[in-house]
Amino acid sequence: MSIKAPSSSIFRPKGGIDQSVLAEHKALLADINRRNILRGAVSLGALTMLTGCSVTRTEPVQAVLKAMSQFNDKVQALLFRPDHLAPTYREDQVVKPPRFNAYYDIEDIVPVDAASWKLELSGLIQDKRAWTAPQIYALPEQEWIIRHICVEGWDYIGQWSDVNLRHFLERIGADLTAKYVSFKCADDYYGSIDMATALHPQTILATKYAREPITDPFGFPLRLRTATKLGFKNPKWITSMEVTNTYPGGYFEDRGFNWFSGI
Amino acid sequence: MHWVNALSMLIMIGSGWEIYNDEVIFGWLHFPHWMTVGDGPEGALQWHFFAMWVLMINGLCYLAYGFATGRFRRKLLPISPRELIATIGDALRFKLGHDDITHYNAVQKLLYVGIILIIVVQVLSGFAVWKPIQLSELSALFLGFQGSRLAHFVGMALIVGFLLVHVALALLVPKTIGAMLTGGPVVGDDNDTH
Repeated sequence: MSIKAPSSSIFRPKGGIDQSVLAEHKALLADINRRNILRGAVSLGALTMLTGCSVTRTEPVQAVLKAMSQFNDKVQALLFRPDHLAPTYREDQVVKPPRFNAYYDIEDIVPVDAASWKLELSGLIQDKRAWTAPQIYALPEQEWIIRHICVEGWDYIGQWSDVNLRHFLERIGADLTAKYVSFKCADDYYGSIDMATALHPQTILATKYAREPITDPFGFPLRLRTATKLGFKNPKWITSMEVTNTYPGGYFEDRGFNWFSGI
Repeated sequence: MHWVNALSMLIMIGSGWEIYNDEVIFGWLHFPHWMTVGDGPEGALQWHFFAMWVLMINGLCYLAYGFATGRFRRKLLPISPRELIATIGDALRFKLGHDDITHYNAVQKLLYVGIILIIVVQVLSGFAVWKPIQLSELSALFLGFQGSRLAHFVGMALIVGFLLVHVALALLVPKTIGAMLTGGPVVGDDNDTH
């Protein structure tokens, strides 16, 4: 609370303040303080249940939760097993079509034009020439039948194929010691993953689902598919890729979801 | 220890409900927003991933203390079936003694051992939901991702059930609440201040 200079309000008393009033208020203030401390101690537990109120939204609380989320990023990086493969499944277990999810409805998708589409490259990469769709199709193909797990709690088994991301990063001369690989998409979605995950054997740039070109709702012509991250860490309709040491964030991560989000 | 556990457990339950609401297991069951912790799944997940550390570290200290001091062996064991039946009989005839609150009856012993085990399993199923790939061996124990989710939900239901009975019975015997707030009566070497 700041101390204000006396205003020239006509309501301001002309005479001095009656000292007895001050004494009376002093006692009241002391009482209120003591009561607040007691109430604070007793209602700590109850407060956690009252989420409708501002307790969970105040800045210091948010700062603690954010710091904790960053700590959890580090813990997850430690838990990450670079050579541990996710379980794979049989072809007859594959769900067709895959389950759609985005921050908007399936009707609002703007299809990408493959003829004019390019994958732009930037950052710590030696050969930054852009890639066309046919050039990517010509790369060696890899297929994974893996489980897709959404942060919401649902999952399905999908069959994804095309170039292994480690292979692609090596091919374009990316700095594999950099921290992040970040993606921008044809819609305004963006996202990033850690280098360890980018180099995992089951992380690919996918162009096909169930051996057919990926359809528009699921990221045509190019999307990321990694077996070791939650669904939202797999950007669709990728238009550019950057290798960087500067934390790039992501669409949902910048709205409070955990960045690493490994599974 | 008890109150750190109580607070972190309430946060875990409340935020868990909000996370559950994002993709319900049972179509008929949604938790009203006023009784959940965290704003939307992103907020609730932040709370869940914060309170889990408090709960786990506190829980590990409690287990270490219970085993190292022999408190578990002394207070929670043995549980004799005969005493169990006798206690239930007494309770049904409203003859249950509460003179010595430092001594647990057989039903209390069973419930306290039970809730400790349930919370341990709940932490494990939580890890299985969080890391179904990195901890795929653990995930397989709970029959995969959806099995882990269901196990984690059932664990929550059991803990909430225990909580309701536990709080109701504590309120019926008010002197236990005083003991829990002050650290309990001093009983020679058996002084317990958890």
